[in-house]
Amino acid sequence: MPTTIESWNPGKAENRHPDVTYDEKERLFLEVKNDPRYSDFLYGCYECGICVSTCPSARFYDYSPRVIAQAMAREDIERVYDIISEDIWNCAQCFSCLRCPRGNNPGGLVTLLREVAVKNGLQETKDVLQGYSRVIYKVMLKGNQVSPDMLQPDFFPDWGPWVKEFSANMPVWRKAIPVDTLRGVTDAAWRTDRKTLLELYTIWFETGNMDIIKEIDEGLYDLLADVMQEELEEG
Amino acid sequence: MTENLTTVEQILERKSHAVTRDPNVAPTHDIRETLFELEAKGEIIVQRVPEPYVEMVTKYGRTKKIPIEHTWHHKSCGQCGHIPGYSSSIFWLHRQFGLDYLDPTDQTSCTGWNYYASATSNASAQAAVMSRNFSAAYQTGYFPMIHCGTSYGHYKEIREQLVHHKELRDDVRRILDKMGKPLVIPEEIVHYSEWVHVMRNKFAEKQVVDMSPITATVHPACHYYKIVAEDAIYDPDIYGGQRTAVVTAVLEALGINVADYSTWFDCCGFGFRHVLVQRDFTRSFAVLRKIETMKNEANPDLTVTHDTGCVTTLDKSQFAAKAHDRKVGIPVLSDAQVAALAMGAHPFRVVQFHWHSTDWRPFLDKLGINWQKYWDEFQSDLDAIRAGTKSGITWEDADKPVVYA
Repeated sequence: MPTTIESWNPGKAENRHPDVTYDEKERLFLEVKNDPRYSDFLYGCYECGICVSTCPSARFYDYSPRVIAQAMAREDIERVYDIISEDIWNCAQCFSCLRCPRGNNPGGLVTLLREVAVKNGLQETKDVLQGYSRVIYKVMLKGNQVSPDMLQPDFFPDWGPWVKEFSANMPVWRKAIPVDTLRGVTDAAWRTDRKTLLELYTIWFETGNMDIIKEIDEGLYDLLADVMQEELEEG
Repeated sequence: MTENLTTVEQILERKSHAVTRDPNVAPTHDIRETLFELEAKGEIIVQRVPEPYVEMVTKYGRTKKIPIEHTWHHKSCGQCGHIPGYSSSIFWLHRQFGLDYLDPTDQTSCTGWNYYASATSNASAQAAVMSRNFSAAYQTGYFPMIHCGTSYGHYKEIREQLVHHKELRDDVRRILDKMGKPLVIPEEIVHYSEWVHVMRNKFAEKQVVDMSPITATVHPACHYYKIVAEDAIYDPDIYGGQRTAVVTAVLEALGINVADYSTWFDCCGFGFRHVLVQRDFTRSFAVLRKIETMKNEANPDLTVTHDTGCVTTLDKSQFAAKAHDRKVGIPVLSDAQVAALAMGAHPFRVVQFHWHSTDWRPFLDKLGINWQKYWDEFQSDLDAIRAGTKSGITWEDADKPVVYA
């Protein structure tokens, strides 16, 4: 149906998620809005588009930090639900959008939206993070996002034949690094005290971070909780 | 430099204007004042920058103290894990000047990469991770120096949150109490590239390699100067004070020709989650917006940056693009690696070129460095390690600068 003066209604997107009730969408929006950081991140929007012009994701995806700031400011519940279920995972979190002359932080808004999406276990979020679980496992258990032993050809096939070389030579190449805390370490980025890791596990449990993992991937939670609880009990 | 190259000077001639910097009219508050107020109320401990330090000017004219030594090195997981020559070069530079530093084992990463990738965390957890690290540094008496651009930006953001939200401070303090640790925030949050910046002329004094044949482009790291922007170092003599001075200034001090390109403000395409599990975006952005633009506009021998993710993204993205006949082939190094190489660091024992993917050999050839000779030396090290006659390469093997043939 062609758009007419009567049917044209900007800001009121069609209901793309009819299976989710308006009340549920509003509940999620309010969870974002009630975050103490929300008022630091959104002050309004001039519609100038500076954020879009600097946004790497806007060049490659149907994605706009301006739309996010606008929808949040207008409290457009339906549009915000579209954003929380789809758009947020396109953001590269570079924070180029902090160039906003109004002082907005669209990248920060995305972070809040992502936190709520994860905490509430949205199916789209589970799908996006499915291939990422092994990284969460590493960072929560070792305190490092990446480690040398992750340099495997099946994980980084597009990084060229060198990945195979890194992987094949890993044990000896890691011994050939003069930095004391790195030398010989392959399963973490550097050597970390056990006490420090126990303190990290304490943080995960005390801040509710483990509950977040349980919501998004129960299998991963079981794996992590088993190891961490055993370590913490041994002290 | 060729005639058709757009130099930094040409750009500045066209665009620059007088820059007025006055901390009294800066658009942001000075967070250090609030830190000291909180300390006076007994809420936090502010760890002072140790002497000796150098005061540098930041974006809006405030000064920032950059410590020279007695530093607690907050390492980067991406650097240590995948580009270890980045970390070893930072330490090697300290060692060349006999500076006191600590390479701790009671440090975790900031976990910010994961937070920006997946948000499988929350404000309290992120603030507690930062505070645990800062408290560990404080307990040693050494001052934190952050190696990673994301950790640096993330910690500045968390510092803002801790300062402005009492309930967050209370929650973090509750968790730290369980570890017997106080809530400490350093007087300054310092990135290693700021230390490199203040040391640049000292590096030049010990330089043994003539870097003048080299033209380089600079990729300033987003999380260094876009997050809490007022904390980054600026200098009216570098880009007329319109861009951060770090990286560019050290390259110029070492005699490298710094060439400009139009997409300098763009991010590298790292994307945090994208670089690990959705690299079609990362590769496309890194190649189409950064590497090809540099090639077309400056055709550099090298591109230099100052963050973990940027080195990884710009370096690793070029292989697949080459298969598609894109204009690629620019080796990527950090400022610390470039400085170390200029001062005679061994290309493999220290700079660890073998972890980099884009062909770096033409760059070393242009410098007149016989990389094959040093690769053969390094292979002898590896043979000895394999044979069990050597446990590994130590600083004893790596400290001494190479006298290039």
